[in-house]
Amino acid sequence: MSQIQNNLWAAPHLSMRWWPVFRRNWLVWKKLAIPSLVGNIAEPLMWLVAFGYGLGALVGQIELGGEKVPYILFLASGSICMSAMNAATFEALYSAFSRMHVQKTWDGIMNAPVRLDDVVLAEMLWAAFKSLFTVTAILGVMLALGISHSAKLLVAWPVLLGVGITFSCMALIFNALAKGYDFFTYYFTLFLTPMMFLSGIFFPRDQLPPIVRAVADWLPLSAAVELVRPLFMDRWPEHALRHGLVLVVCSVLSFWVALALTRKRFRS
Amino acid sequence: MSTGGWLRRHNPGMNIPLLSVDHLVKRYGDTTVVNDLSFHIEPGECLGVIGPNGAGKTTTLRMCLGLSEPGGGTIRYFDGLQMPQDALTIKARLGVVAQMDTLDPDFTAEENLLVFGRYFGLPDATIRERIPKLLEFAALSHKGKAKPGELSGGMKRRLSLARALINHPQLLMLDEPTTGLDPQARHLMWERLQVLLQEGKSILLTTHFMDEAERLCSRLLVLDQGRKIAEGKPRDLIAQHLEPEVVEVFGLGAVALAQDAGLKALAGRVEVSGETVFFYTHDSRALLNALQAWPALRTLHRPSNLEDLFLKLTGRQIREEG
Repeated sequence: MSQIQNNLWAAPHLSMRWWPVFRRNWLVWKKLAIPSLVGNIAEPLMWLVAFGYGLGALVGQIELGGEKVPYILFLASGSICMSAMNAATFEALYSAFSRMHVQKTWDGIMNAPVRLDDVVLAEMLWAAFKSLFTVTAILGVMLALGISHSAKLLVAWPVLLGVGITFSCMALIFNALAKGYDFFTYYFTLFLTPMMFLSGIFFPRDQLPPIVRAVADWLPLSAAVELVRPLFMDRWPEHALRHGLVLVVCSVLSFWVALALTRKRFRS
Repeated sequence: MSTGGWLRRHNPGMNIPLLSVDHLVKRYGDTTVVNDLSFHIEPGECLGVIGPNGAGKTTTLRMCLGLSEPGGGTIRYFDGLQMPQDALTIKARLGVVAQMDTLDPDFTAEENLLVFGRYFGLPDATIRERIPKLLEFAALSHKGKAKPGELSGGMKRRLSLARALINHPQLLMLDEPTTGLDPQARHLMWERLQVLLQEGKSILLTTHFMDEAERLCSRLLVLDQGRKIAEGKPRDLIAQHLEPEVVEVFGLGAVALAQDAGLKALAGRVEVSGETVFFYTHDSRALLNALQAWPALRTLHRPSNLEDLFLKLTGRQIREEG
């Protein structure tokens, strides 16, 4: 089996060789953890405090599934999904691209017995892990602020890891296509920002016109919010299977496409 | 073809080649960049691959490293392992230094070696035991805690070489190992490579430097336009293709001498490049005597070398990368 699969759409050929690559990223990150932590956590928290308490005072309570909840809870449960998305996306776009294209770290790794498929898997899992780390820190602050004390947050935690996985898989598609960092602006402007507003993070999706709503309901970020928000309210999500499937299908398809495009990029 | 047949064919009572490439082909669209190329490396050998830009050196190396799929032909390693099918098993036994440094800028020299060793599945204890020896070999013992950004070009190259040795490879594959280095750094690199050869390692290297090829390589492969155009020991190739001596003549009006019937008769071959005339000859004395009739011109008399051979075989025209 070749190190770079020649058949672009062949099934992923994965092994435990991803682990040393993941560890490499971990070792770099350990050196830069504090500044990166501040960037990853401070910004989402500023949004939460400014909008949650500021705007929340104007909005008051929001009705969700027959229950009235404070706006800050509504926003916190949505924005944590957004943070998972953003953290995974940034890592799988900018950082992965630096390693792949700028520093040629991936080329160096493939001078050793490691397949490209395993390198891509390692980057995907790494981005998801970093997103989980960010999410954990934000959850901690939310607990401290008393936004939610639901024991079901323990379930929200692995769900948010899944959200990180989904969005790192998607970002790796654009990583594989990029010629430079500027390219990622398209992804943010054309995909992530609209999704952010359509997925019920800042306002309930039933405010959307029906036709937009019909599409918005199937967005991966909507699925994430639908799974996580009830857990913040100490309830079990409705249609959990459907939303879970959206995330799983989205992850598997995106990873496959990302892998094919990365193989194409490296094959010559 | 069975492996046994292949072994016998390559092994008339001698060592089994570490690498054996047969009828290798690579095409991009209508362009054939590697064309029916065959060669092998025996244990202890240093094989140099030389050729102008676009000759197919790097493409050949990439195919040998399993990073590019051959369009035809076979690449076999060690005891019958095939590239690209057995890529990972082969890679575990190779040391690779690419043309561009791929050192991790965020890691110290020691961490670079540690992290790279892990890619081979080596336990940390084994790697940590090897690190001081490798740093010493690379003359970097005092730079173990330095990051690549703090190292000079030559140090980075030696660190890349040390990194390629972390798995104790039998065969080293080096793509232009001294390009961009100053003479001191280059000499140190050559000396290190010679030590490796004395220790019994084998090397395949591509290079643009004929002095490097002459100094290090026991055998040379000359490529042009994807084909092998010559193969042999450096001295043998020179003797086989060239007159033993060269007289270079330059200065105002030197170029006209290329048409001088008297001088041409004394030289085996005459070439003009820019403002310089090259007389290749078996008898330099008569030629130098005759040249005294042009006292204003400057002459340089020297034995013919690999560079002359290279230029004769591949021509003097510039090959800009396109």
